[in-house]
Amino acid sequence: MELSRNLPRETLLEMQRRMLRIRLFDERASKMVKRGYIPGTVHTSIGQEAQVVGACMALNAGDHMTGNHRSHGHPIGMGSPLGPLMAELVGKATGVCGGKGGSLHLADYAVGSLGESGITGSSIPIAVGAGLSAQVLGEDRVALTFFGDGTANQGVLYESMNLASAYKLPAIFLCENNFYALSTPSHTVTGGRIVDRAAGFGMPGVRVEDGQDVLAVYDAVAEAADRARRGEGPSLVEVMTYRFREHSEGLRINVDYRDAEEKAFWTSRDPIILFREALVARDIASTEEMDALEAGIEEEVEACATFALESPDPDLSVAFEHLYTDPYELEAVL
Amino acid sequence: MSIMTYIGAIGAAQQEAMSADERVIIIGEDVEANVYGTTGGGKQRAEQGDFVQQFGQNRIRNTPISEEAIVGTAIGAAMTGLRPIVDLSYSSFLYMAMDQFVNQAAKNRYMFGGQSSIPVVFRSAMFYGLNTGAHHSDRPYPMFMNVPGLKIMAPASAADAKGLLRSAIDSDDPVLTFEAVPLWGQKEEVPEEEYRIPFGVARTRREGADVTVVGISGSVPLALQAAEDMAARGVSCEVIDPRTLVPLDSDAIVRSVEKTGRLVIAEPAHRTCGAAAEIAALVADKAHHALVAPIKRVCALDMQVPFSPALEAQIYPTRERIVAAIEAVCADQLMSENRRVG
Repeated sequence: MELSRNLPRETLLEMQRRMLRIRLFDERASKMVKRGYIPGTVHTSIGQEAQVVGACMALNAGDHMTGNHRSHGHPIGMGSPLGPLMAELVGKATGVCGGKGGSLHLADYAVGSLGESGITGSSIPIAVGAGLSAQVLGEDRVALTFFGDGTANQGVLYESMNLASAYKLPAIFLCENNFYALSTPSHTVTGGRIVDRAAGFGMPGVRVEDGQDVLAVYDAVAEAADRARRGEGPSLVEVMTYRFREHSEGLRINVDYRDAEEKAFWTSRDPIILFREALVARDIASTEEMDALEAGIEEEVEACATFALESPDPDLSVAFEHLYTDPYELEAVL
Repeated sequence: MSIMTYIGAIGAAQQEAMSADERVIIIGEDVEANVYGTTGGGKQRAEQGDFVQQFGQNRIRNTPISEEAIVGTAIGAAMTGLRPIVDLSYSSFLYMAMDQFVNQAAKNRYMFGGQSSIPVVFRSAMFYGLNTGAHHSDRPYPMFMNVPGLKIMAPASAADAKGLLRSAIDSDDPVLTFEAVPLWGQKEEVPEEEYRIPFGVARTRREGADVTVVGISGSVPLALQAAEDMAARGVSCEVIDPRTLVPLDSDAIVRSVEKTGRLVIAEPAHRTCGAAAEIAALVADKAHHALVAPIKRVCALDMQVPFSPALEAQIYPTRERIVAAIEAVCADQLMSENRRVG
């Protein structure tokens, strides 16, 4: 079932916009790491934009999402504004988490983003819990969790899949398979195919072989979401994709663990170029319109960087807020 | 007032909370069959007070044996509208879910700049002193005291257990309860009406002038017995139960030590980095001027728990060990007492 066939023009253009936002935001963030504006490092989603956006746009307003260490694309995919995200990466008062999360721990509850996680697998049961609350409270919403092929070998995933399946929770387990757990080819540490593990938990598993095709990802996730909304339980969606950059920005790995031919194949399948060509070929938009759309996102990203850099640092007292919801006394004897 | 057991009071608090708020749910292993006696009126489905009958399976659910997923799921549910109570049964099982407690429950609100609140209660029981062996006898609350973002309660009586649990369920932050199984059967007068006991307020179980004895969890009744023994010998003990360890009512302890000048702390957890160590450090810092004797801790030895009934009891604080500690800090007084009597 190709649910994407009937998508209105505006939705298709929004997909391209969100993919471009991720690409340009991450390219900009990478530069800002190199120049020292962003402390620490970042993990970019460059190359994986279709996998992120196709999944997020198959969700509805009010649905929930949890993510992982490759963390900027997910909230952007959910529609989070760029300024507070970039300000968070820089550590400013205007950051989406007030400067206390940083790149690895973005969350934007306004768009259903319940949090990225620096610990791989840790946010998976959080999404299952969002599914449980939907079921208990009788609310029409689903929860999706993103995890990588590396995390597919964490035990918590299987505990979570089992619990979600036993309770028939409205949850979607989305594996972003970019073939490498940092430098380790995942097939060398993974028994069998990840998608096949769904069967063991009595849930459908579907593998999107071309995760560079945003509509293919959308179709798979939209079907899983429909199923979840009908009360039929969770699904596993494995999306084959590729990260174009290093695991994290600035990381230097001497061993060339990725084959040049493989790299060339995947980089020739840039999801943003592919979708632009498809939209033009289908007469959804002209090349001029696509150029204008891209220019608009470039301006947005430029503005978000300016916003982040010009924002004030957080007040020092912010470090001592939000531990608990009620007032508490910090034992500040140093 | 009515007489209730410690375990009965926990069940009553859960029943009240489930009745009061539809967002409260109970999940855990074997909760539907009321295996541990806190989710039903008796052992029969038909009996009045059975939680499944009363609240339905939407709100009380058995879980798979998957602590990490149970705890994480409860956190996620709490972040999105429910107020779950998670029954983890044995406190030793908490370790299976350590990542969820430390990296999610304790950190999410903070890391996300206050966007989330996490109203969830994780109940567990410390089955120590009951010959259940090293895997089932842990008293691990100090480990969790070391994780800012969690609240911790360790009640030592029925009335406290009931009132504190209601406050825990009302709290918008994650709370861990550490229940003392050796006290499950102990009875106390409990108010008929619904009530809450605030966190961070210690209970003075016995007033006294010569030495402050802080008791925690199952060590509170032992401290009271030791105080009784010492009273007969002319030493007046003030017995304080902090009831919650995070937040800790350090003011009440400091005030008492300022009055007595002496401090003994008894707890069933290990000595190293335990709650007693923290309280000793606080008092050394804030009431050093008042101390006339060294602070003494009576803790579980830094040893694993042996199975044999012949071996286990010596691991934990006893009435006698607490008496010995009080004797040590009150040596001057006892000597002058002896001279006077002699």
